[in-house]
Amino acid sequence: MTSLPENTGKKLGLVIDLDICVGCHACATSCKEWNTGGYSAPLSDHDPYGADPSGAWLNRIHSYEVGEGPGSKTVHFPRSCLHCEEPDCVTVCPTGASYKRAEDGIVLVNPDTCIGCKLCSWACPYGAREYDFDDGVMKKCTLCVDRIYNETIPEEDRVPACVRACPTGARAFGDLGDPSSAVSQSVAARGGFNLLEEFGYKPVNKYLPPRTGASDLDPAIVTQPERIPKPDGSAVERLFAWADQALSR
Amino acid sequence: MHPAYSVILFTTASGAGYGLMFWLSVAYALGLTPNSPFVLFVAMALALLLITIGLISSTLHLGRPERAMGAFSQWRSSWLSREGVAAIATYMPSGLLALLWLIGVESSLTIPLAILSAVGAVITVYCTGMIYASLRTIRQWYLGLVPANYLALAAATGALLLGFLLAAFGYAPAWTATVSLLGLAVAAALKVHYWQTIDADLGQYTVEMATGLGHLGRVKPLDPPHTRPNFVMREMGYEVARKHTEKLRRLVVAFLFAAPGLSMLLLLTVGGWGATLFFLLAIVCASVGILTERWLFFAEARHVSMLFYGSARA
Repeated sequence: MTSLPENTGKKLGLVIDLDICVGCHACATSCKEWNTGGYSAPLSDHDPYGADPSGAWLNRIHSYEVGEGPGSKTVHFPRSCLHCEEPDCVTVCPTGASYKRAEDGIVLVNPDTCIGCKLCSWACPYGAREYDFDDGVMKKCTLCVDRIYNETIPEEDRVPACVRACPTGARAFGDLGDPSSAVSQSVAARGGFNLLEEFGYKPVNKYLPPRTGASDLDPAIVTQPERIPKPDGSAVERLFAWADQALSR
Repeated sequence: MHPAYSVILFTTASGAGYGLMFWLSVAYALGLTPNSPFVLFVAMALALLLITIGLISSTLHLGRPERAMGAFSQWRSSWLSREGVAAIATYMPSGLLALLWLIGVESSLTIPLAILSAVGAVITVYCTGMIYASLRTIRQWYLGLVPANYLALAAATGALLLGFLLAAFGYAPAWTATVSLLGLAVAAALKVHYWQTIDADLGQYTVEMATGLGHLGRVKPLDPPHTRPNFVMREMGYEVARKHTEKLRRLVVAFLFAAPGLSMLLLLTVGGWGATLFFLLAIVCASVGILTERWLFFAEARHVSMLFYGSARA
């Protein structure tokens, strides 16, 4: 049913720390690797090794330059479905294939009833849904619903593939509806925020801002231009010039 | 937004079909149509044909057309589903009416069926407009003017079709040209107002809001996530250059509104003589015009998700 649940028991989601993400794309490739064989299988690619590769990915890593001058930063910015509390991608679906789970808030597409009309992707301001041209249905982040409850895999693996893969620990998974959870506490401590808050979809996933202050470079130091010494015709220079000529013969 | 040809054909063909159905049904209920069930049948059959071509065309852009039946289930929340339900529901009175006219049966049911067909046509076209007007992600679509535009253009093109059919069968009541002219005038006024509205709004969302990094300064894309455009960029990132937009808008004004309008004015001035030709000329011009109008409706639409890919405002 594409009507949204009144409220969800849990609000499972991700917290992404923009301060320590290094933009290595390990989360994106790990996501692709797991999901092309899991719930979302297949995640089709076209011309993957050719000149014009394209394909369905559920996680994309942008890099932005933020600010200007010496204090500017490069911020690596992973972007995937935010599992919003009130998203229109669910309500616009004509078939009920796009739905939000009442028990944990995960937004999913039922690949058996999706007709591939793409309207849900039009309704998403985050560009989080990607159409699979081979499968004819819409694909999106499942929060690795086939890992997090999976009792056949070791307990430490029961987190989304992107979280498991992140080498810097920039991604965390948990219940953002529970104020005592580790993810909720890091959001409270670091001033975690919503993407495009003004839009009103109430994303569950949160982003932690890059830290500012002590780690920033002193602008006075970095604005000093590099000094390149000019030739001054000293004895040492003349000696090397003579050696260069002598050896070039 | 990427202009899918199947959706352009769907919205224009079914729009004209529902417009024809509306005017035919209203005129019949008011006793303004010729007393020939066969002519009425042909007109309703043409309306149903255009609607059906449109609906079949709309399934062409689906990834899984064989599952299209499922789209009738979510009418509680989805305008796309409501449109499907309204379209199917409208087939019933209009189809029955066409059948009664075909076999030439006099029945007290024809007037109520005509009223139901007219109401169904309006509701279905309104739903088509609302599919777009309900998307908050596209400010050029998230407007009450969008369903109004769809309704007015369906009415104008449908009136031309009805006028042509009646003239071709040797009936040329002056009201068909008057209604066509009025429909074109209203549609033109709404479309120009629509263009002024979308031009005046620069967009309230910025890349700083999208990334939440505005407090650190200006946000500029440095490295894209992928080397070649992905689905989101091709589907939502389609844009038409500003200079082309202006030319195409002038083309719409000339072909969709001015030429057919002039044709109707001439017809009203010279009287019934050559009515078929005037209507045919108007229909040919309006067809070019409305296909361009619908293409522009998509190509001018800017999607919020493009903020992540370097669009400054949306």
